[in-house]
Amino acid sequence: MNAQSNAMHEAVVESVRPEAAVMPTKRPFWWSVRRELWENRSIYLAPLAVSGLIILGSLISTVRATQNAAFGFVIPSAHNGAPPVPDGIALHHIQPFNFAAFLLMGTTLLVAIFYSLDALYGERRDRSILFWKSLPVSDTTAVLSKAVVPIVIIPLLTFAFTVVTQLVMLLIKMMALLAAGQSVAKFWAGLSLFHLWGITLYHLVTGHALWYAPMFAYLLLVSAWARRAPFLWATLPLFAISVLEKITFNSLHFARMLGDRFMGGAENVSFTGGDMPLDPMIHLTPGRFFSAPGLWAGLAAAAIFLAVAIRLRRYRGPI
Amino acid sequence: MACIEARGLHKAFGTTVALDEVNLHIDEGRIVGLIGPNGAGKTTALNAILGLTPYDGELKVLGRDPWNLRDQLMRDVSFIADVAVLPPWIRVTQVLDYVAGVHPHFDRAKSEAFLAKTAIKRGSKVRELSKGMITQLHLAIVMAIDAKLLVLDEPTLGLDILYRKQFYDSLLNDYFDHNRTILVTTHQVEEIQDVLTDLMFINRGRIVLSCTMDEFQSRYTELMVRPEQLAAARALKPIRERQALGRSILLFNSVDRQQLAALGEVRTPSIADLFVALMGDKPGEARGVAQ
Repeated sequence: MNAQSNAMHEAVVESVRPEAAVMPTKRPFWWSVRRELWENRSIYLAPLAVSGLIILGSLISTVRATQNAAFGFVIPSAHNGAPPVPDGIALHHIQPFNFAAFLLMGTTLLVAIFYSLDALYGERRDRSILFWKSLPVSDTTAVLSKAVVPIVIIPLLTFAFTVVTQLVMLLIKMMALLAAGQSVAKFWAGLSLFHLWGITLYHLVTGHALWYAPMFAYLLLVSAWARRAPFLWATLPLFAISVLEKITFNSLHFARMLGDRFMGGAENVSFTGGDMPLDPMIHLTPGRFFSAPGLWAGLAAAAIFLAVAIRLRRYRGPI
Repeated sequence: MACIEARGLHKAFGTTVALDEVNLHIDEGRIVGLIGPNGAGKTTALNAILGLTPYDGELKVLGRDPWNLRDQLMRDVSFIADVAVLPPWIRVTQVLDYVAGVHPHFDRAKSEAFLAKTAIKRGSKVRELSKGMITQLHLAIVMAIDAKLLVLDEPTLGLDILYRKQFYDSLLNDYFDHNRTILVTTHQVEEIQDVLTDLMFINRGRIVLSCTMDEFQSRYTELMVRPEQLAAARALKPIRERQALGRSILLFNSVDRQQLAALGEVRTPSIADLFVALMGDKPGEARGVAQ
């Protein structure tokens, strides 16, 4: 649609202003996404801070473990001469890496939720919506550029931060092993980092992006609609519907549906054989995930929520 | 081609009528002042023209329907709402990058050249700038956009007199040419009197006066009447009478200036005087208006 309207526009421009024909193509969507990152620096500062903490923590624990070893204790992760027990060692080695990924994902999920709640509310509160609307950027472009942040940008950034953090952790661990004169190769063999990254990316795409997409779209909708307190408007009505259903029908279908959506519904269809999404023992089941009706119903709901948000932004002015 | 053309433009908020069947015609190349008391419908009219609010009736801005084609229209329309709409978190370089990235008619070099004449630092955030500087920054952006219509809603609100003077000087000297149209609303009518080519009064959602400044000057005359001529002057049916420095000042509509000159000193009234005469002393209440 964009290319089409640009083309239409250029046709008009060429007939009226010949000098305008050489103007570079404008990219309102790209610049609108960049604008979101300028405004919401917590999108990368929050995971950066968490990464820093994780690296600091792993540095301290490694130094302490090395000191203990110097006093005659054994570094727990390096069993001298013991025959390798692949699964046991892998799990043992991988746990801190897993925990790092878990912390980063939790952080960015919170950032994404609060970002979505403020995205279309903040611009009305500070009146800047009048400035944005004075530029040739459609409401559709504006809302979709905001939807892309929690659904695409934040999961990808989370993956990048996770990989970098785990690499630094690995580096620290290897230096400690080298300093203690122990085998790095054995440690490396027991650690299937690429496998873990694969699972991480799969979990981010299926769980955080696709499964949570309707949640982010719903939050954007509330953020476009609320005149004040978008957080309360986003949560209380859901709670009220659940209570009402319990009182009138003595059932909890709505509450269960919400629970299924937000409390790990994605993991039930995208993995088997593990307790945690990042458990290295689990099997990925993308076929089951992509054929789950819940996924497609959710994406359809997300599309409807976004369409309503676009319409609301058109009508809404500063508050 | 008409820049703005409205027929039967109507807008109500509940039972309050903000625009009451307004007919409007603004030609290209004019500088139009839209003057009215608070709540007269000025902002609603501008919002309709800018595609920010839906309306009943027919409205075409540069040949387009603003409500349905706002994003297209904004390639050729610029607007400054009031001083506080640039987002506080944005940096000067970022706002230039953004506008350059999305606006096909933005000339960044022109904007930079205008900013170079101000004390605004490129790395500053909008929240760190003074009110006057924010307006200068907004003006630097708007003047670098090759737009056909510029809409200004109270652009100098809250600015000191130096910034206000500079604002209109820049607009007139560096921006305005006869292919562009400027539509401005302000309560500081005295400072735009010399700038305008056309004048419009709006009250209670209706256009109560619409004329060019030439018509305004030839039609309305203010007479500082000699005390002994007061009765004769009153017989010519002034639309308003007021006292100043112990003398009566009468405002006439379409009365021969020569005839009035015999009764005292004549001059062209200020827009503010005519505004008070037509709008009445009670805000929001118009007296009978000769159009």
